[in-house]
Amino acid sequence: MRTADLTTALVLMAGGVLVIADSLRLGIGWGTDGPESGFFPFWLAVLLIGSCVAIALQAWRRTSRVPFVTRERLRPVLTTLLPATGFVVLTQFVGLYVATTAFMAFYMRWIGRYPWLAVVTVSVLFPLVTFVVFEKWFLVPMPKGPLEAWLGY
Amino acid sequence: MGFENLLLGFQVALQPYNLGLAVLGITLGTIIGVLPGLGGANGVAILLPLTFSMAPTSAIILLTSLYWGALFGGAITSILFNIPGEPWSVATTFDGYPMARNGQGGEALTAAFTSSFVGALFSVILITLFAPLLAEIALKFGPPEFFAIQLLTFSSFIGLGGGNPIKSLVSILIGFILASAGLDIVTGQLRLTFGIPELMKGFDFIVAVIGLFGVGEILLSVEEGLSFRGMKAGVNPRVVWETWKTLPRYYRTFIRSAFIGFWMGFKPGGATPASFMSYAFAKRFSRHPERFGKGEIEGVVAPETAAHAAGGASLLPMITLGIPGSPTAAVMLGGLIIWGLQPGPMLFRERPDFVWGLIASMYTGNVIGVLMVLAFVPLFAAILRIPFPILTPLIIAVCAVGSYAVHDSMIDIWYMLLFGVIGYVFKKLDYPLAPLVLALVLGDLAENALRQSLIMSQGSLLILFNRPIAGAISAVAIFFFALPLIVPYWRRHRARAETPTPAARH
Repeated sequence: MRTADLTTALVLMAGGVLVIADSLRLGIGWGTDGPESGFFPFWLAVLLIGSCVAIALQAWRRTSRVPFVTRERLRPVLTTLLPATGFVVLTQFVGLYVATTAFMAFYMRWIGRYPWLAVVTVSVLFPLVTFVVFEKWFLVPMPKGPLEAWLGY
Repeated sequence: MGFENLLLGFQVALQPYNLGLAVLGITLGTIIGVLPGLGGANGVAILLPLTFSMAPTSAIILLTSLYWGALFGGAITSILFNIPGEPWSVATTFDGYPMARNGQGGEALTAAFTSSFVGALFSVILITLFAPLLAEIALKFGPPEFFAIQLLTFSSFIGLGGGNPIKSLVSILIGFILASAGLDIVTGQLRLTFGIPELMKGFDFIVAVIGLFGVGEILLSVEEGLSFRGMKAGVNPRVVWETWKTLPRYYRTFIRSAFIGFWMGFKPGGATPASFMSYAFAKRFSRHPERFGKGEIEGVVAPETAAHAAGGASLLPMITLGIPGSPTAAVMLGGLIIWGLQPGPMLFRERPDFVWGLIASMYTGNVIGVLMVLAFVPLFAAILRIPFPILTPLIIAVCAVGSYAVHDSMIDIWYMLLFGVIGYVFKKLDYPLAPLVLALVLGDLAENALRQSLIMSQGSLLILFNRPIAGAISAVAIFFFALPLIVPYWRRHRARAETPTPAARH
């Protein structure tokens, strides 16, 4: 927990420095028509860095040995996060519907160990329903890929 | 005058189309409230794009109904599965789950739904009475007053939110900084984009809500390795009737909790402390405090009444001042802007049909809601029996759909994933997420109010203090900001006064 707290505080401080640098470029003073663009972000970042120093000091003084996440509990998180990332990458290339099918099928088969029949039924049916609801009823377009193009959408 | 407006509102809310939307909203909302990883705020965020083509009044009726449904749904998971769907239903699990284990699940659910209904109704009545007055006062507000209210909003997270006040402050600051990224509409300059064109559009808070609350929550639940083993509950007319007969006995708890809920709820972040506070009060004033925690029905009534009163009350500052009291209200506020309405006190003058339609729909929505959840509890509870390996990818896919639909932009799905990771880390490190979202929503408004105030005063911050209304609000805000510093000192002082010195004991 301590390491995670310190790391987060440091990352946020680094972010704060970036914001200050950009604000100084824009000007933090009084322009011709009121405060300049950098004024508000500058003071936010100053407060942010100050608070993060305080959090880091608090974390430093605490001697808790509770880990942020144990190895065996990190596994399910990664086995969700990595396929989810893959799903987003896939969406970029083949569209959301096909990516959803792939993601659901992979997750159900790999994590859930469902029989193929169940896997195929759910992972094809759900994107189909989504397609009808969004593209047909509510006319909200989703990212589409080669399959939809081939089908004429 | 107000009564006529309310009638006008009912004419809107009772149109068959709008009633249908209310039923749809409550059904979807209850499902969303039951599902892990989806709650009121991101449920509303995901469905927001579907309302873009609707009339504003119908759209807001759909979304508020969704909100009520999500509140009801939270009670189902708390009582039958011991899983609080939302932070404010944690207190409901204390006695709700033991009741379900003792075979009184039906009684607990009936009590919870009825209390929710009473709490929400109480809030709506107060909103009906006070919203027009508040809007009338708010019409006289200038930029300094609005900035002072913003200060008050965020100070209450720090002073009353519980948890680590510095971490609350950091959340607020991050939200404001993210809000300032992109094009500065006042000067036309690009801020915090570092030459990357994709960053020019800035960060949309709807995507942040979906990522932080949706994806982040999913990651947390898979880490905890949830297995849903729920209690069965028979809700039938006889159980409902028998429970209703016992409830009037607790009228004091109802009234007390409703007041606590409303009072805490119209300040941001109020629903959770309100539910705990009213549970604690109910226990203190009870003749059988030892029964609490083991399945006392009053322990379900108190937090549920307060949480729903607070949930209703959080809509009051949204419609009168244009400042949301909760993340869900913030998403609705975003919707208002997208539908082409200007949130704030002028709404009461310019669009009375919208405001009063919304208020009337709070009455109809709650009546429909309580009847529907009582009738269909087993169906809703069955949703949680869907296995986790199906639910997880399904919810993530739904979140992606919602994120993309906001701006038809692929990068928003990436932001969603990024915010999901941030939400997971922040939640584990006790950084509160609600202030971040609210700051992200209000960032531009707050900055403009501050800029205009400073222009009015030629650069002096004193303008926030030397106007009567702004001064009073700022003073309260500063008191809340200072509260975390005052309280430990005060506690130590009192502890010293109460423990007698060793000499005095002899």
